[in-house]
Amino acid sequence: MDDNTKREILFDNYTNPYNKIDEELDGYLKVNSNNESCIDNIDIYLLIEDKTIKDIKFKGEACAISTASTSIMIKNMIGMSVEDGIKYVNNFINMINEEPYDDTNFDEALVFDETYKQASRKTCATLPYRGIIKLLEDNK
Amino acid sequence: MNRSDFTILDNLIYFDNSATTLKPKCVVDKISDYYTNYPSNIHRGEYNISFKADDEYNKARESIASFLGARNDEIVFTSGTTDSLNIIINGYFKNILNKGDEVIITKAEHASLILPWFNLVNELGIVIKYIKLDDNNHVTIDNLMDVITDNTKVISIAQITNVIGDIRPIKEITKIAHERGIKVLVDGAQSVPHMKVDVKDLDVDFLAFSGHKICGPTGIGVLYGKKELLDELKPQRLGGGMNASFDSPECIILKDNPIRLEAGTPNIAGAIGLGEAIRYVNSIGMDNIYKHECELKDYFINKIKDIDYIKLLNNENDSGIISFTIDGIFPQDVGYYLNKYNICVRTGNHCDKILKDEIGIDQSIRVSLYFYNTKEEIDTLVDLLSDKERIMKEMLI
Ligand SMILES: Cc1ncc(COP(=O)(O)O)c(C=O)c1O
Repeated sequence: MDDNTKREILFDNYTNPYNKIDEELDGYLKVNSNNESCIDNIDIYLLIEDKTIKDIKFKGEACAISTASTSIMIKNMIGMSVEDGIKYVNNFINMINEEPYDDTNFDEALVFDETYKQASRKTCATLPYRGIIKLLEDNK
Repeated sequence: MNRSDFTILDNLIYFDNSATTLKPKCVVDKISDYYTNYPSNIHRGEYNISFKADDEYNKARESIASFLGARNDEIVFTSGTTDSLNIIINGYFKNILNKGDEVIITKAEHASLILPWFNLVNELGIVIKYIKLDDNNHVTIDNLMDVITDNTKVISIAQITNVIGDIRPIKEITKIAHERGIKVLVDGAQSVPHMKVDVKDLDVDFLAFSGHKICGPTGIGVLYGKKELLDELKPQRLGGGMNASFDSPECIILKDNPIRLEAGTPNIAGAIGLGEAIRYVNSIGMDNIYKHECELKDYFINKIKDIDYIKLLNNENDSGIISFTIDGIFPQDVGYYLNKYNICVRTGNHCDKILKDEIGIDQSIRVSLYFYNTKEEIDTLVDLLSDKERIMKEMLI
């Protein structure tokens, strides 16, 4: 993917994040994810039915990269089984850490395939993943 | 000024001097000289290199004392501002304060001042009162008078804060305080490196600052206290170096200050490095440093004040700290964008998590200046900030 395409995808997801909400949500599992060294701070809401991810939403404030990464993660993960969700998260984190990964179902998440080169952006890109994995592990 | 002492400036624009400053060659050499040529402990040996270490350690203390207008025995080496503030609050104030006693601070203070006081609220039941900040987020004497009561025991504020950057009228404040038997503890982390600070003229009771913010090494800082108050400060750490003799729990005799408050092997290299840093900034002249920073700040503010999407948090201040936000862009993203051009600025809430109650903004971009910054560097920064579309585009990847 070239840089301009990446930029467009990031920009769209940042300015128009998917399933971002302003109010608390009942009936969902909830986890907070934040980056200690900065102000990124989001709540992720997850709905699981029959071991399948039915819905994900998020609330909160974060930088452009964290916001875009959350939006893309949500688009990709809705509809996955919990088990596939865990695999997807691990593959994404492997990509950010420059380890071998399987990019099946990555779609827009491939905009982050070179984020490993930018030390300060790695924590931004993984923000939502570090939160949701806890919920998935607890509910598999 | 003095840019050739900092080789790192050849390809870096460093605007994060409130967080820490760069180190001039003479300071690095001084530390290296200690480790290479006389890496000995102090207070101990009968051999030459130990005398040399002792001598340099004492000279560092003397340089700092004369820099602040203090006596040698009023200067205690600590690990930094945070350490100094914790020692003062827990070693002195904790022993004299009682339930219901009031301590005056502001919401613009650094965590290292606020949290030790919060802890005494929990432990002793003291009460914290906040001076209301004015429209420019400054401390005024009128607003201070509004919160002083018969129960006020301490006023504890920074001379310059790390986000707003106003210079508080400390001399007037200590006068008002002392007339009422109130003690004054000043956080000098952002003032001592940037302006002339004379503790006797200001008449402060305690003052803290960090070496690394004044061209010195990390891990070393200073606690200043008036002699009679330091003598009442209970050492928070006991051990070697600071005791004169002991044979049972009933019989422990401690040495005099400042050694009494420096238990164990101190940060010798740090202290010697800090002494060199103080001599270095002093040779430039604190008034020259202050004047240079103010000129640069005015230059910068004049250039950005008409950019409509930039909001200044503190255009009225009188130090080299400028905090601002850019409409619709997260501060961190601006930091990332500037980093691409080797420009270092601070983004975030700068260790002050209750200031948002007061100014309604919980994060910003902060440019903090020092003597080695130049107008050309500011031109480069302003160029990069004056095209919002470019920021939006380049901040992403
Ligand atoms: C106003 C103020 N007080 C205290 C501190 C704490 O200094 P240190 O981290 O060196 O202990 C800082 C550092 O950022 C500061 O700006």
